[in-house]
Amino acid sequence: MSLDNITKDSIDSLTPPLSEGDGGRLTGYLNMELLRFSTAGSVDDGKSTLIGRLLYDSKSIFEDQLEAVKEASKRSGTEEVNLALLTDGLRAEREQGITIDVAYRYFATPKRKFIIADTPGHIQYTRNMVTGASTADLAIILIDARHGILEQTIRHSYIASLLQIPNVVVCINKMDLVNFSEQVYNDILEGYKKITNAVKLRNIRFVPISARDGDNVVDRSVNTPWYTGQTLLEILETTPVAHKINSDAARFPVQYVIRPYQDQYHDYRGYGGRLAGGTLSVGDPVIVLPSGVKSVVKSINDFDKELDFAYAPQSVTVHLNSQVDVSRGDMIVKDDAKQPQVGQSIALMVCWLNEKPLNLNNKYIIRHATSETKGIVKEVNFKVNINTLENNFADKTIHANDIAMVTIRTAKPLVFDSYSQNRITGSLVFIDENTFETVGAGMIVDELENVREGSGI
Amino acid sequence: MSYKLTHLKELEAESIYIIREVAAQFEKPVLLFSGGKDSIVMTHLAHKAFYPAAIPFPLLHIDTGHNFPETIEYRDSLVQEIGATLLVGSVQEDIDKGISVEEKGYNASRNKLQTATLLNSLEKYKFDAALGGARRDEEKARAKERFFSHRDEFGQWDPKNQRPELWNIFNGKKNLGEHFRIFPLSNWTEMDVWQYILQENIPMPSLYYTHEREVIERDGNLLANLPFITLKPDEKPTVKRVRCRTIGDVTCTGLTLSEANSLEEIIDEIASSRVTERGGRSDDKRSEAAMEDRKKEGYF
Repeated sequence: MSLDNITKDSIDSLTPPLSEGDGGRLTGYLNMELLRFSTAGSVDDGKSTLIGRLLYDSKSIFEDQLEAVKEASKRSGTEEVNLALLTDGLRAEREQGITIDVAYRYFATPKRKFIIADTPGHIQYTRNMVTGASTADLAIILIDARHGILEQTIRHSYIASLLQIPNVVVCINKMDLVNFSEQVYNDILEGYKKITNAVKLRNIRFVPISARDGDNVVDRSVNTPWYTGQTLLEILETTPVAHKINSDAARFPVQYVIRPYQDQYHDYRGYGGRLAGGTLSVGDPVIVLPSGVKSVVKSINDFDKELDFAYAPQSVTVHLNSQVDVSRGDMIVKDDAKQPQVGQSIALMVCWLNEKPLNLNNKYIIRHATSETKGIVKEVNFKVNINTLENNFADKTIHANDIAMVTIRTAKPLVFDSYSQNRITGSLVFIDENTFETVGAGMIVDELENVREGSGI
Repeated sequence: MSYKLTHLKELEAESIYIIREVAAQFEKPVLLFSGGKDSIVMTHLAHKAFYPAAIPFPLLHIDTGHNFPETIEYRDSLVQEIGATLLVGSVQEDIDKGISVEEKGYNASRNKLQTATLLNSLEKYKFDAALGGARRDEEKARAKERFFSHRDEFGQWDPKNQRPELWNIFNGKKNLGEHFRIFPLSNWTEMDVWQYILQENIPMPSLYYTHEREVIERDGNLLANLPFITLKPDEKPTVKRVRCRTIGDVTCTGLTLSEANSLEEIIDEIASSRVTERGGRSDDKRSEAAMEDRKKEGYF
């Protein structure tokens, strides 16, 4: 059924009836996992329709919302229900018919809860794509089957790679408009290889879909007998929410020191924080960085519960054996071979977010995990042309939406990993000293790894 | 060993992280408490975040004076139980002082007047961060809200000039006189809130469960027939079995016909519901951008 002709009755028929009073479903719900994914795309490639399809089919759009969208569609002069009106929340967006900001959408199936970061794909909104991608476990990249790989496909793929989104699903959309041709689909897959040769992408999947008619979105399509893979929703429901917890290094940025100041908790000192990687167990020998003081984990609490161990991304309270000096901004790590780096000279890829260009030798506030310091950009190494994936070593002015490799020097040492090892201890933001706006987003690199790329597509 | 977090544990971990960030980054935060389910969950999370220490900031109730009596009872016993500090900003007092002017007519609501009382209270106590239980799934203007939402010196929101929020780095830096609204439940849905209440076994006000009550029907909504409601000549109160899906000012809180008598039944009812929870809120129906406009002025 086409989403353009949605009526109240047709929603009922679209939606599989939920069994009511079903205790099993309830228990199932309490055991669900959460998957965060991002979608990037422009107006014409069917992104809104795809999101609308997922929301409809999972029964996440309600009658009053649909009525409001229908009314608004009528006022703007179209008889068809314009699903973009559902996602464009701000008045300016509705007036201009564009998406300005990242919109977050929520839906759930009996298997999982999903958070969609819906980002506009125009080139001037690179900052929004980067923002939406920063927390995503999976990225959906849409390709219009009629047009094949475009400049924006390269851009979206590059950002998924830069932000190291663990899973990428390339949806070849509008298959209905190319007669569900296997040849067209295979040609696009073949063409996409030049992108995967140029940028590192992990776990790529391809799906031929028609978001408008629902082919291979939720249900397998009879129009693509040659496609034997999973439908998009099956992929979303089964992709592991990867934390690589066993192999990751333990990282616990101290967020807040809990001291009750009550007689019964006289010597109580708990370190509140959220594990940024790995596991931490009671009895583990640990090092507090940057001071280097050693101690042992005495206990770990989740509210009033004693835990034997904790793992990312849990929020817990950690207690150490000895009375050591630990405060916000410190990082507790396991005393093992996987030590983070401690330093003041750091190379990173930066995405500039502010209208005011990056100012070399200007002081910025640097925020990294739970610590804060000042920093100066010492050098712009190169700027990335995100449409051709060539590194530009000549033009070093960094404007809003530019991506560049820079070297910074910080006032205090930071305790960090490379972004490819840990997205939390490997990322930081630049804050303007005067306006306090967040002006840049940085991903820490091992210097050699990035120059090797960037020879173009 | 299982390293899987359920979605509720992950949402909880995220919210606790944000609440602790607020305590660390701001000098004088406050938790806005309405007596509704979202602010009850917020209080529960704040209690967990600092345990065994007390919540290091007070609760603030912006009281329209048009309350269900059950809300006030619940509020006072909760505060007592967890040892929190409660402050009350009174819309009635602001009306008496002439700071606010009451709306007239049958559909008069104090919902809008809450904004002035809220901003006055924030200024009076010099709060620099106000934690609220608003969620992005509630309303489309809220879908673009940040966790840390910057407000200028007039308490206003500029949706087109919001600070980007990446990873889990939150920037609460501000100039003198500005403040932040903080929304730790941003990523929760109505369903998540109820499932969490069930999982954590949080006691809820009786208003959320089915009960018999005198109601009137107005513009397709059921309103409780309490003294704050002025009846139109043709309106006749009838007794129905209802429950609250949201709790706010009596004059604009629509009731739902329901037989749900337990958390499990409420969850089943929401799962099969065809209307959003704010569908019964007459304050949202005033225009397409009603929420956006109120938020810009400084509403919750």
